[in-house]
This record gives sequence, C-alpha cells and structure tokens, in this order.
Amino acid sequence: MTARLLRLVGVLLLIASSASAKADDFVTLVGNLAGDSFAKKEKAVTALGALGDPRAISLLQALTDGRLLRGADGRVVISEAAGGTTRVRDAVTGDDIAGADPDRFERIIVNNRLRGAIEGALAALTLFSIDRDARLVAAQDALRHPSAGEAALLEKAIAIEQDPEIRAAMQLSLSAARLVSGSKEERLAAIRALGTTTDPQIKNLLDEFRAAPDTDPELKKTADAALASIGNRLRLVGVAANLFQGISLGSVLLLAAIGLAITFGVMGVINMAHGEMIMLGAYTAYVCQQLFRAFLPADWIDAYLPVAVPVAFFFAGGVGMALERSVIRFLYGRPLETLLATWGVSLILQQAVRSIFGSPNKEVSNPSWMTGGFDPIGGFTITWNRLYIILFCFIALGALALILNRTSFGLHMRAVTQNRPMASAMGIRTARVDALTFGLGSGIAGMAGVALSQVGNVSPNLGTIYIVDSFLVVVFGGVGNLMGTLVGALSLGIVNKFLEPVAGAILGKIVVLVAIILFIQRRPRGLFALRGRTAEAEA
Amino acid sequence: MPALPGRGQKSAWNPSFWARFLACGAALVLAVPALNFWVPPDSPAALPDYLIPLLGKYLCYALLALSLDLIWGYAGILSLGHGAFFALGGYCMGMYLMRQIGTRGVYGNPLLPDFMVFLNWKELPWFWWGFDHFAYAAVMVVLVPGLLALVFGWLAFRSRVTGVYLSIITQAMTYALMLAFFRNDMGFGGNNGMTDYKDILGWDVHKPSTRLGLYSASVFALGLGYLCCRFISTSKLGLVLLALRDAESRVRFLGYSVINAKLFVFTVSAVLAGVGGALYVPQVGIINPSEFSPGNSIEIAIWVSVGGRGTLLGGIVGAILVNAAKTWLTGAAPETWLFVLGALFILTTLVFPRGIVGLMRRPSRIRVPAPTPVPAGEQA
Repeated sequence: MTARLLRLVGVLLLIASSASAKADDFVTLVGNLAGDSFAKKEKAVTALGALGDPRAISLLQALTDGRLLRGADGRVVISEAAGGTTRVRDAVTGDDIAGADPDRFERIIVNNRLRGAIEGALAALTLFSIDRDARLVAAQDALRHPSAGEAALLEKAIAIEQDPEIRAAMQLSLSAARLVSGSKEERLAAIRALGTTTDPQIKNLLDEFRAAPDTDPELKKTADAALASIGNRLRLVGVAANLFQGISLGSVLLLAAIGLAITFGVMGVINMAHGEMIMLGAYTAYVCQQLFRAFLPADWIDAYLPVAVPVAFFFAGGVGMALERSVIRFLYGRPLETLLATWGVSLILQQAVRSIFGSPNKEVSNPSWMTGGFDPIGGFTITWNRLYIILFCFIALGALALILNRTSFGLHMRAVTQNRPMASAMGIRTARVDALTFGLGSGIAGMAGVALSQVGNVSPNLGTIYIVDSFLVVVFGGVGNLMGTLVGALSLGIVNKFLEPVAGAILGKIVVLVAIILFIQRRPRGLFALRGRTAEAEA
Repeated sequence: MPALPGRGQKSAWNPSFWARFLACGAALVLAVPALNFWVPPDSPAALPDYLIPLLGKYLCYALLALSLDLIWGYAGILSLGHGAFFALGGYCMGMYLMRQIGTRGVYGNPLLPDFMVFLNWKELPWFWWGFDHFAYAAVMVVLVPGLLALVFGWLAFRSRVTGVYLSIITQAMTYALMLAFFRNDMGFGGNNGMTDYKDILGWDVHKPSTRLGLYSASVFALGLGYLCCRFISTSKLGLVLLALRDAESRVRFLGYSVINAKLFVFTVSAVLAGVGGALYVPQVGIINPSEFSPGNSIEIAIWVSVGGRGTLLGGIVGAILVNAAKTWLTGAAPETWLFVLGALFILTTLVFPRGIVGLMRRPSRIRVPAPTPVPAGEQA
C-alpha cells in the first residue's frame, strides 16, 4: 500500500514539477481526441502514449471500448457502467459529473488504424501503470522492440520508478534501446551494461549489433567482450540448471528407491508392487485434496498436503503389511517367485485403482506455498515444489537412517537381516519384524507418491514409470545400504540431465541404462557392496 | 520333467514319445485346415477364417514360452527380457515384409518404406540392406537375437550376475531397447512400428490360404523347437544345467564350465524366441516397440508358471491357455482381465508352484525345481 502511495506521490510530483505546459499538453491532446479528423485523433493518441501520464490509460481504454464521449461543448467524458446505472466522469480531472445524462453525449468514433495506435500507446503507458506486475511485464517487454522512442519513455519511467526489480528491468531495456539509437558514449555504456546479463535475447541483440557493417570498431570490440562474458555466464547458468534439475530428478528417484532399498536391500524381497505403493500414495494425496475441497473452508486447502503425507504413509504401509502377511511371507528365500507374485499384486492394484478412479490422469494442485519459484543467478528458475521435494527426500532419508541405526526396532531389523535364527533365539519376534519392515518400506513409497503427485500426473500407471528406474538405483548403489542408494540416485539423476542436452532425452536414458548394465558386469554387487560373510552368503 | 536317461529309466526318445509327438503334430497340422475347409461354415465344429491367425499367434507365444522354460525351468535363469528377442526376430521379419511392399505403399517409393519417405529419408540405411531377400531376413531372424543373447549373456554370466540381478538387468535391457525403438530416427518406424504388409514370399498375407500356411509353419517351428529343447534337456548338458540351477557354485567347483553351459542354452533360447517373433509378425500384421515393454516379458514368465516350469510341455500349454483366456476375457469383460492375470501370478506361485503339467504328472517323475536352500544370512 505504501509503495502504491509513494508511487502516486511520485507521479503527482512529476506532473507538478514538469512544466505546466505539460499538463496543458494533456488537456489539449484530450481535446484533440474530440475532433473529427482521424489523422488528428491518431496523432493525439500517439502523443498521449509518449507523454507517460497514467491518466491516459483509462482514457485510451475507454476509447477502444467506445465509452469515450464528447459533449456538445467539446468536453470529453468517460462513461462507466456500474451496477446497472451509468456514471459519467470528466476525462481530464476524473471527477464525477453529477446528474449528467449519458445520452446527451456523443460517442467518439474509432477506426482500425486508430485502434492500432491506441494499442501501441497503451503498451507504452503500461510502464506507468499502477499495477506492479503489469509494469514489470511492460519493462521486460520493452526489450523486444528497442527504439529511440522507447528510450525516451523508459527514461521517464525510470525517473519515477520506486520498485528496484522493475527499475533494473527498465534499465536493461533502456540499455537495449540506447544500443539501437543512442550516441556513441551512450552505446558504449549500454554495451557494458548489457554484458552483465544472461538473457539470450540480449545476446541476439548484441550479435546483430556486432554484425552490422557500419558499426564503429571500438564499439565492436566492446561488444565482443560483452558477448564473451555473456557466453561464459550462460554456460555457467547451463551447468547450474542441469545440476539443479539433475538433483531434482535424483531426489525423485531417491524417494522412489528408498522404500525399495528397505524391502529389496534389507529384506531381499523383490517387490514389483513397490511402484504401486507409490501410486497409492499419490492417490491418497488426490483423495485428501478432494476431501479438503469438499468439506473444509476454502482457505484450508493448502493444508491438505501436510495431512496427506502421514495418511499416505500409514495407508501404503498398511497395504504393504497386508501384502507381506498374505503373500510374501510364504515366499521368503525364493526371490524369483516373489518377483512374479508381487507383479501380480501390482496388476491387481493398478486395475483396482483404474476401476475406482478411472484411467484418465487426476490433477493434484500444488498448495500456494509450493507454486512459483525464484531465480537465484538469472537465467533459470528454481521452482518451490522441486526444492521442497529435494528437502523432503533428504529428511525422509535422514529419518530412515535414524530409525535403522538408533531405535530398537532398527536394531531388531538389522539383527533379523543378518542372522535370522540367532535373532529369533534372542527373543526377537522375527515375523513381526518382517511385517513392520515391509510396512516401513511401503509407507515410505506412499510418501514418495505424495511428493511425486506434486510434480507430475497422477495416473494408475504412475508406479510402472518408476519401477525399473528405482530397481536400477538400488542395484547400482549396492544392495542393503542407504548411502549407496543416495549416491546411486543422485548420480543417475545428474548424469541423465547432463546427457540430455547432448544426446536427447530418450537417447540419454538409453545410454544410462546401457551404462548401468555394463557397470553391473564390473561390480555385480553395486557401488557400495557389502563385504564379508553376509555378502558371501548371498552370492 | 521328462525322464532322464540313465540306468533303470526309459530313454526319452522311446517309440511311445514319438507316437504321441507325431499324433499331436498331425492333429494340429491336419485338423485345423480340415475344420476350416471341409466343415460347412454354419456347423458348430467349423473353424472360421479369423481364428487361424489367432491360433497361429498362440503357437508363436507357445514357442516363446518354451524358450523361456528351457532357461528358467532347467538352468534357473529367469530372463525378464525375453520379449526383446521375440520382438527382434519380429522386426527382422517385419523389415523383410516392408521391403516386399515395393511401390504399393502410400508414397509408391520403390526403395524406401512409407515411414522413411514421410521422415524425408533419402536412401535406405545400411542395416536395411539385404532385407528384400527372404533368405537374408531368415538368417537375421536367427542371428540378431542370437548375437544379442551371446554378448549380453557373456557379459552377465562371466561376472556371475545371477538370480534377481540377472532378471533386473534383462528387464533393463528390454526397457532400453523399447525406448530405442520408440525413436523415429532409429529407422524402424518409431512408435507406429511397421504394418500394412502385402506379400510374404509372393503370397498375399491376407489370403486364408497364406494364413493356413503360416499357421502350419508355426506348428512345425514349435515342433522343432520342442524337439530341440527336449534334446538339450535330456542330454548330459541338461544334467549340468539342472545341477547349476540348484547349486551353481558346486558345479563350478566340480570343474564344469558354468559360463559356457549357460551361454549356450541362453543363446539357443533367444534364437527360438526370435523365430517365434518372426512367425508372429506376418500373422498379426504389425510389429511395434510395445512388444519390448517389460510387462510383456514378465507375462511370458507367468505362462510358463501356469503351465509348469521345467516341463517343456508346460510352457506350451500355459501360453496357449493363458492367451486363450486373455482373448476371451478381454472381449467378454475387459475390466476383469488384469484381476485374473494378477490372481494367476499370485496363485501359481503360492499355491500351484508346479503348474498344470506338473500337477498332472505322477509325483515320482516330477522334480519340482526346489527352492534353493536358504543359507543362514541369505535374506540379507
């Protein structure tokens, strides 16, 4: 609010401080609009645009809409329909004219040519709009059509702009405009200013400028330096963007694979239905969202996600425990059979979800605190949802490591894993530990599903997309240790993203798959292989 | 499992076996055309034309299941990428069939298949050379899956990748191939695959007589494949395979070359799968990359499981039964098919690990592939 007030004050100051002739200009130009000649009207519109007076925005808008009227005395007014009645207010002062009958005024007619001029003028005037976002967009847009007129407008706009972000954008556009139209000194300064950015558009502009035959050699040299520095920065941004996307993909893989690292890595159970646990988690998020929408006040909707995470954990965990008790426990020690049986389970779960929710994708929307993003160094955006998922993934991994290493349940789990008969002899209820371990792995998969619902579509085959990848992560990283899973997932994600620009998305993926297949030949037990007796027994 | 040669046991190749084998073969080769040709179309015993390629398709699946049974049932190698060999054989045949279209394609290009013209290709890529000759294509049907299996198997078995690890990397292999074949610029028709075939060896693929011929070829291929698998499984090599399935390390310590045995049987199996794929393509009229999908390959394992693994016959029976059920159910109640298939996966592993053929054989002759005894700490 203060910003807006300040701005208004700024505008008023500008108007007051500039020569009173300027204010008169506005009145004259508005008067000219009321004339009969289209050529004169067009001139007036263009002049209004160049004047940079915010009052002109509503006036020109009214002109295109046919709401700008002319009285018998030549007075120009704007009519506004508000709640069934029509108000008439003065176009120059903006004051309401009480008791005026709109029918006594005549509409000012526009033709297509004039409409074009109005559009141009409005675009220029948006730089002075009260709306911050509109100003920002206009300031960035100005980069696309640099010209002498643009430079003059931007100078004016910068003089009254308070917001630093918009000011920076305006400065940049101003530099671009000066590059095209300014004096030699102005151009030199402009090139230097442009050299500090990472915008590919500016790079093109400089390229064009440099390639023009009549460019001054000194300017050319400066432009070369600026281009080189832009190129360097773009490369850096490219690496940073790839790195972020790679970590983001890696964290998604990691989330999908952590649960598997427990069921496969720790228990030795090949759970092909693991992907479906992820899918169930994603649908839990969807159901939570729908319930919140249906039964709770609208401003609580953002809270559905924190609710969905534990619900998904317990739901998927419950399904996992039921699965362990009813199918998997009969198949311990027969990994190939487990693989087939759980594949059957996955088919059934998929079809069940398809029967209940239908096969089209379901939309799960980001809560407001997860939408959007920010731009740390210019040139690429870190989106909040990806950032939160990376955080969530590391928290989940940390919590799991704590459970495994610091709780008695974790101790029992490791004991059963390493020596079942001995653990049993020490009084650990191995069957119960099995069920709980499987439930834990499935529950984590459910939470992964909630996270994945925030970056992609929720569909019955969500799980199948991740199942091959997550198995590869676990196998690559080395079975039975979380560190390996972490390193495996992140390196796969990053390698994938760095290969993508070189080889294309699909070819990159194929290369990674082939590389893993070859890698497994070299290190059949993964990156971080277990050593010693346990590893031998498994071989 | 067929009786093994040895003292006090009948040879696997006794006259009674041959009589049964030939009777089954003759029934399949003779009865189907007879029912199709000479029985009046309105009689209930008549076999309508559309069923013939369907039966042929089942037989190709049966050959595929047989090939998986050979490595899974006998050598304990559960390949979850066997669909890849099947599809590669199919692609080789599909390339031959595409070249046979000649100028009858939509664009009428005498050299390039339609999809290449559509993608603005100027000349035939090198890997398409020679596919206008049937003999070359037939050699490739054997060579391509066989070589892939040889290389992949050599890499995997040499470094002792076994059990589920092998299953997972075979799955990764078929997944990678699927992604590759989905790419348009690979030169194999991209996601549309290859279809709209016209002739095979000069006969119109749509004619009922050609289809009967293809069906008969499938019966012969299946018969030969069965004899081949039976020969391997009853030979001394078969014994080595059984032994390494149950205790690989011991076989290695006894001085047998585990790698060679596995590699041989894996390659033979891949070739059989490839032949199945080659016969499958002209009968269904299309080959596309979805044949490579990992789900397809896992389904093969369930055919074998349902029929009874380690029995050879089981693979064939399972493939035909499961696919017949699939055809019927996806028509009658499409929603339920996946439930049924899923239940089959669970029930056959939990309740009927021997499968149909295993249950029917007398227990004394059955050697169910026993689960490997779990050493302490195995569950790690």
